[in-house]
Amino acid sequence: MAEQALPSEDEDVERRGRPPRAVVGSQKQEEEVFGTAFDGKIIRRIWSFVHPYRAKIWLAVGAVLVFTGMQLTIPLIIGYAIDRGITAGPEGRTTLYLAVGAFLAAILVNAAASYMQETVVGKVAETVLFDMRRAMFSHLQRVSLSFMDKTEVGRLMSRLQGDVNSMQEFLETSVLSVGDIVLLIGIVAVLLSLDMRLGLLTLSVMPILFIVRLFWLPPARRSFMAAHETNSAANGALAEGINGVRTVQSLDRQQVNFDLYDEKSFANLRTHLTAAKFAQVMVPIVDTLTGIAMAVVVIVGGSMVLDTSLDIGVMVAFLFYIQRFFDPIRSLTLQYSVMQRAMSSGRRIAEVLDVPVAITDKPGAIVLNRDMDGSVAFENVTFSYRPGQPVLKNVSFRVNPGETVALVGPTGSGKSSAMSLVHRFYEVDSGAVKVGGHDVRDVTQESLGDQIAMVLQEPFLFTGTVLENVRYRKADATREDVVNACKAVGAHDFITRLPEGYDTVLGQRGGNISLGQRQLLSFARALVMDAKILVLDEATASIDSYTEMLIQKALVRLLEGRTGLVIAHRLATIRGADRIIVLQNGVMIESGNHDELMALGGLYAKLYTMNYSSFDDLPGTQDDSAPSTS
Amino acid sequence: MPAPSGLGRIFFWSVPLQAHPTGSAERREVSFAHVRAAHAGQGQGTIRRIIGLTLRHPWQVAIALGSTVVAVSFQLSIPILLGQAVDQAQGVLESNAGTSALVMTGLMLLGASVMRGIFTLLQNYYAEAVGHHTGHELRLAVYEKIQRLPFSFHDKVHSGDLITVGMLDLEGVRVFFSTALLRVVLLGMLIGLGAYLLISTDLVLGLLALSFVPFVAWRSSASQLQLRATWLTLQDKLQVLSRVMEENLGGIRVVRAFAGGRHEMEKFERASADALLLQHERVILRVRATSMMTFSFFLSMGLVLLVGGEKVIAGEMTVGTLTSFLTFMTILQMPVRQLGLMVNGFARASTCGARLFALLDTDVEIRDRPGARPLAAESGELRFENVDFAYPSDPTRLILKGVSFAARPGETVGIVGPPGSGKSTIAHLIPRFYDVTGGAITLDGQDIREVTLESLRARVGVVQQDPFLFTTTIENNIAYGDPWAKEPRIERAAESAQLHNYVMGLPAGYKTVVGERGASLSGGQRQRLTIARALVLRPSVLVFDDSTAAIDAGTEFRIRSAIKRFAKDRVTLVISHRLGALMHADQILFIENGEVLERGTHDELLALGGRYRALYDLQVRPEADLREAG
Repeated sequence: MAEQALPSEDEDVERRGRPPRAVVGSQKQEEEVFGTAFDGKIIRRIWSFVHPYRAKIWLAVGAVLVFTGMQLTIPLIIGYAIDRGITAGPEGRTTLYLAVGAFLAAILVNAAASYMQETVVGKVAETVLFDMRRAMFSHLQRVSLSFMDKTEVGRLMSRLQGDVNSMQEFLETSVLSVGDIVLLIGIVAVLLSLDMRLGLLTLSVMPILFIVRLFWLPPARRSFMAAHETNSAANGALAEGINGVRTVQSLDRQQVNFDLYDEKSFANLRTHLTAAKFAQVMVPIVDTLTGIAMAVVVIVGGSMVLDTSLDIGVMVAFLFYIQRFFDPIRSLTLQYSVMQRAMSSGRRIAEVLDVPVAITDKPGAIVLNRDMDGSVAFENVTFSYRPGQPVLKNVSFRVNPGETVALVGPTGSGKSSAMSLVHRFYEVDSGAVKVGGHDVRDVTQESLGDQIAMVLQEPFLFTGTVLENVRYRKADATREDVVNACKAVGAHDFITRLPEGYDTVLGQRGGNISLGQRQLLSFARALVMDAKILVLDEATASIDSYTEMLIQKALVRLLEGRTGLVIAHRLATIRGADRIIVLQNGVMIESGNHDELMALGGLYAKLYTMNYSSFDDLPGTQDDSAPSTS
Repeated sequence: MPAPSGLGRIFFWSVPLQAHPTGSAERREVSFAHVRAAHAGQGQGTIRRIIGLTLRHPWQVAIALGSTVVAVSFQLSIPILLGQAVDQAQGVLESNAGTSALVMTGLMLLGASVMRGIFTLLQNYYAEAVGHHTGHELRLAVYEKIQRLPFSFHDKVHSGDLITVGMLDLEGVRVFFSTALLRVVLLGMLIGLGAYLLISTDLVLGLLALSFVPFVAWRSSASQLQLRATWLTLQDKLQVLSRVMEENLGGIRVVRAFAGGRHEMEKFERASADALLLQHERVILRVRATSMMTFSFFLSMGLVLLVGGEKVIAGEMTVGTLTSFLTFMTILQMPVRQLGLMVNGFARASTCGARLFALLDTDVEIRDRPGARPLAAESGELRFENVDFAYPSDPTRLILKGVSFAARPGETVGIVGPPGSGKSTIAHLIPRFYDVTGGAITLDGQDIREVTLESLRARVGVVQQDPFLFTTTIENNIAYGDPWAKEPRIERAAESAQLHNYVMGLPAGYKTVVGERGASLSGGQRQRLTIARALVLRPSVLVFDDSTAAIDAGTEFRIRSAIKRFAKDRVTLVISHRLGALMHADQILFIENGEVLERGTHDELLALGGRYRALYDLQVRPEADLREAG
């Protein structure tokens, strides 16, 4: 067996119990969920989003005050009806009608105020969330590409979704909190003014609840957090199990994974039961305190009624207030956590908004138009991603209009960086990149983009139909334009074989067609752009020979009548170029056509005679450890 | 279970958790008992089956239901006691016993409140516990099922849908007991018993006090169902929005390359406006319902005050009884409003449950035959005997037709053919990802369908086309199939796969965590890691399924020679469209349309001058075609 052919250092491993290397689900750290409850800077930042709607917010605050006022008035009306109407004998009947009339008026105002407050706040909150998301998204369209390179899409998505959504609760409840505070103060004031002694006695349970909540909150919140974390851990493991199911089955890890998942699910069960205890333990506490307050009103208040120092209606009003007593305290203490969450989310949102925009249009930048000559020139360009580590050193070359130049060189030689500079993805450290005779820093980015069509190494397609993908942002391209482009690059045949031809919806990132076909579509997309300059990073992945042939033909078609700058990997492409530029470690070392370079006998000749299929295959330069910038 | 700190310790009561011993064999049994339990009640109606699942925790269900009955009884006693207190305070009952009677009532109120609190706690906690235990069982069952279901199932079911079933649908079933079933008892008792008490006291006033119930119940249910329907639509819209953002960020280079910023903002605005509009509609829907419910409640209260007041004035009723009516209404208000949640709970459980059970009841087609023995290891000869294959989704279209070949240990078989010829299917049949529809595959003379899956897959290593990397360290990823593997073996596998040098160049070396789907590794690096993963297992049959497409020819050559040293006891199958990868094989099969058209060594096939020869010419001289095209 194969085992015997290998040295056996670890054959005697005991395969029982928990496998040392086995994990399921992400090992990523959860982000901080709670920040400090109040951070002036973040509050101002959030306010700047709310500011456009401030008139509505003041309206809502007004409505909340009216609403709270009515909440306070209703028991008073009932108390009044009892004392001046119901218990006053037959003469009280008019007062009763009056009181019921007042009651009806109060509940109408109450309904109108609460309707207004809730709709206004609800709508404003949702709108603000979308505004925040839009601000972040549009900012991300302008931040430097080097930021985007080093930031995972998932992290940005969690800012755009998770963090924005966790602001929702804060935005919706903040106005209500104003009402809660007013209600709390109002109840205290009303009770004390109705009867100072009974009021003080009844209110004495309030501080107890405050203190209990204060002690309860930190451990309770920890338990809620733990429940939240174990839940996402279990869900993460499930998602991984689903996405990686083919690998799991082929490596026969089902049993091990099941055991590990069982642990996660069990931990989730445990933390949720603990959290449930913490959540429910407040119920008897609040009920006991309510019971004490009721007993006080009944015993003390009742005795006062007996010796006629208190009206019965006041006692009834007290009993009504007690029912509502603890609601504001409960929501205010919860509001504290809501604020903490909002602050930490707010800080992360602000972080995204504060990422500097590295590249902006110069004031008075000119619009590059189609009648420019289509030349590309590098003049003494030095460029680095990190200061002190230049990836291009004093590179100068010129691509004449209509000429095709191939950039070759080992991985990490600076080819991709050079290509990015033509499109001004980054700023040069010194020297200049000129397109059509203009420094790229002097023209608007959008007009520069209009004149340069770019094909990236990995074809990226968007969810949408074939037609939409090929047209992309060129909204004025007709269906015919698209079909012609696809015919030109040889994609038409396979497209017509798709279930709905050009209207077939491509799955996420073009998953339902092959890599080679995706490549052809990205060629067609570049062709529809009809730009004067084509910048192309040839794919390294080998594609089946049939599609490969189509791609090579399409390339020829694509470069027709255009200035071409191609990062070439395939010999066929290199040999087809008018001129070849050889880069090594950021320095341009050779330049000329194939025959000239062969005669020169330098790196190019060496690469060529070694007869590898791709020019990245330098033996000994297995240096993909260099940061990938493509 | 870790004891919670602080206040939690005081209120720490025991949880009847299922025994969960640490010994893995016992634990596995418990886990599988859970899995089996989750399948109980197959064939019954969805709701009945969910009820059956919750009843698997009879004690917790009993405590929850019992506590509900007790809690509701105490709850209902409170308005009666309050009314009694008001009457006592007025001295309407026994004239003398005044104060002591009040003390008695006050203490009874306190007692009733405390008891209500305690039993509400028990009711809520055990209701949650039932849900969490059921959830745990279902989670395990879903995970187990998904891991076992064969490739043919995963081919037709989208992974996103499975994640939805495993998370959202499971949640809908989990909360059924607490949100729906328990609420039926709670509301039934509260309304039923309450109505009886009120109506038996005073028919007219009782009917008036309850007059808001039907309206609120109807509004609440209708609006909840409407909200649920719009919620589902909203999720779809948000999904679109999130896809727009995710694709934009993932394809930011394409966006920048085509200066598509404005186009992308338009896409974002469209998706965003769509979702926001619906959000606003939902706010209105929700607020309108709650305002109407509040108003109708207060309106009945006003009527009770008016009619009750008249009755008191007429001497037909005491103020205390009127107070009982009013406080009873405040108690009833909340639960009646939540009636909609109960209706929603039923609706959700029945749709979610249907999907969840459909998954759990799916038959696992590929599994051990009864009495299957482990694969007996001998020489390791692989044989295809007249193999036919059609995908279960399209049984009439044969992907493989009568494929036969044999490979003895030490031999390499190359399989080549145009895209869609069926060559990759061969890789999937050997580890039984799919079962053959005709003929047989044997290993050492044993039909692979007659041996256990575990023993088969341990002997067969498939390096897949689209490798999945788990979010963990590189070494754990390499050791995925054998989580007991020690460092030297992992490193040797990585060396053979030409990955070692790269890994050693990383700051954290083998401890580097690679991202989801291996985002931080290039395509070629991912493929090399997958090769290392297969090599760690030292399989007797090693299949490369077009798994070197993103690896350059030079590296591939080095991998091939490294593997060769250990290949003398192993059957190696190389499936590729790249002739360079397989022309050294001992035997090459050329497949087209599922049939072996040519077979032999490289030289033999070249001499034959058939399709293989044509492919060879195409791949070796691409420039020729290019010139033709140009």
